[in-house]
Amino acid sequence: MAEEKEALFSKQNRALLSDPLNDNNPISVQVLGICSALAITVQLKPALVMSIAVLFVIIASNVIVSLIRNLIPSRIRIIVQLLIVASLVILVDQVLKAYAYDVSKELSVFVGLIITNCIVMGRLEAFALANGPWKSFLDGVGNGAGYAFILVLIAFFRELLGSGKLMGFEILGHKAKTLAESTGLYAMGYENNGFMLLSPMALITVGIIIWVQRSKNRKLIEN
Amino acid sequence: MKFIRNTFDTYKPLFDKGGKLEKFAPGFNAFDTLVFVPNHTTKQGAHIRDGVDLKRVMVTVIFAMVPAMIFGMWNIGYQHFSQLGEAGTFIEFLIYGSIKFLPMVAVSYGVGLGIEFAFGIFRGHDINEGYLVSGLLIPLIMPIDLPLWMLGVSVAFAVLIGKEAFGGTGMNILNPALVARAFAFFSYAPYMSGDKVWVADASTVDAISGETILGTLAANNDVSYSVLDMFLGYIPGSVGETSVLMILIGAAFLLFTGIASWRIMLGGVIGASLMGLIFNALALNELMNFPWWQHLLVGSFAFAIVFMATDPVSGAQTDKGKWIYGFLIGLLGIMIRVFNGAYPEGFMMAILLMNVFAPTIDHYIVEGNIKRRKKRLNNNLETA
Repeated sequence: MAEEKEALFSKQNRALLSDPLNDNNPISVQVLGICSALAITVQLKPALVMSIAVLFVIIASNVIVSLIRNLIPSRIRIIVQLLIVASLVILVDQVLKAYAYDVSKELSVFVGLIITNCIVMGRLEAFALANGPWKSFLDGVGNGAGYAFILVLIAFFRELLGSGKLMGFEILGHKAKTLAESTGLYAMGYENNGFMLLSPMALITVGIIIWVQRSKNRKLIEN
Repeated sequence: MKFIRNTFDTYKPLFDKGGKLEKFAPGFNAFDTLVFVPNHTTKQGAHIRDGVDLKRVMVTVIFAMVPAMIFGMWNIGYQHFSQLGEAGTFIEFLIYGSIKFLPMVAVSYGVGLGIEFAFGIFRGHDINEGYLVSGLLIPLIMPIDLPLWMLGVSVAFAVLIGKEAFGGTGMNILNPALVARAFAFFSYAPYMSGDKVWVADASTVDAISGETILGTLAANNDVSYSVLDMFLGYIPGSVGETSVLMILIGAAFLLFTGIASWRIMLGGVIGASLMGLIFNALALNELMNFPWWQHLLVGSFAFAIVFMATDPVSGAQTDKGKWIYGFLIGLLGIMIRVFNGAYPEGFMMAILLMNVFAPTIDHYIVEGNIKRRKKRLNNNLETA
């Protein structure tokens, strides 16, 4: 086959990795997977775990579907894809429950909802069904990373401004009941922004990211 | 006058196309037109030009707010001195109030205009007067004890997300002043509600009854203020909202000059009265028991319906639409106020919600009109 002769990291293949990070970001350009971006970005830690989970599911399902793409009858391909994704998600869920029980409780239903994450199904339908396993792997890494990048960015701002912490550490100082006992910024009268903890602000944050991205990347502006 | 004009003319070439400071032209033009009436003339096509331009409209609204603002400043002093059990004269109240209030105005204008200027220069469009009104409205609808930096953050959010993200003055979907208040309300809730924030420096004393009337009612307590107090505004509340009398003076001015829509105002009063009457009939708790006409005197109703709901940009545009828009604001405002004790300021929510629906209302009014006229045309053709 022709694609076997192609170099592992040819220009085309590198684009598979880098495109979803900026020009074709699943969240900020395609506006997919918004639900989880709103729901689990209050703190950085769950967002990171979620990103890793989604990254794993996208890569694994992309590769598996790509390997058996010629065996799947196109009429039942959605069912087959769902089966593969669902099995992977159950796997992730069980691993989380076994090794990171606290985070798994925090993420609760959203781990299970990776099945319905439009990015996963979208990549399977649009890419893995038509490309070889190596390309599908790269595509999975790219899209998973693009998703993870935005998720972590949102969670970073939400946790920093909403509760003054990062990964649970009070990096802006400690807020006590009175001003005198507080330290850091809080001693100067700083207050956390409660709005940041509510989902509307996550949506506005996504909006701001899209705004900044589009004003930097003129290619994305459609007329 | 000549001297000022000459100064502007001397520096104008610098900002013209090809000039050294071309980039900063929007800033220069903004100052120029603030001092002098722009001498634009119609150059092509047939257009009607009116003396009432954006600047004139905005300045009229600011004049209409002045009575409520002055009274608000006096009331800051009055509430402060009387709650702390000290005596004071009229002048003392006013001076204390202005010391507290003017920094808020300065922060609001400083942050808001700063962002507007920056955007004008980056995007190369002219800066207009849109923010002059919002910038004065925002301090008027905030509690006086709100820390200034919180006010600044709220203003920045309102101007950036509420206005510039949509394309600046005239393009915003939501009323920027209310966006600022809603942002502050959800971000810094302890500073936006409760019994201490409405009286300046109240946090230094322990026992204080600075709760607003709506807050008192929501806690199922009796109101200690007379109806006359409510009407004249000797009650705790956001700076500009307390005195119905002063707001009515402003409203009369706005209606006389034809700037604000009487349909929205009247619709709002009808809607609020109707909802109040319904709740009076049910009478399940203190807030529902509160006489319907007194609902119109307390809280933000008067200020919101006169200065906020009538915003020509974010409100409905068609005549029929204005009735519906105003009516629903009144109705929803009282409903939120009564049903949700945690959000006594129902009118902020009601107006923001109706802002979102205003284009939909207008759309159906216009579509209905087109349909009716088409029908009439068809009927005429058939009979002819």
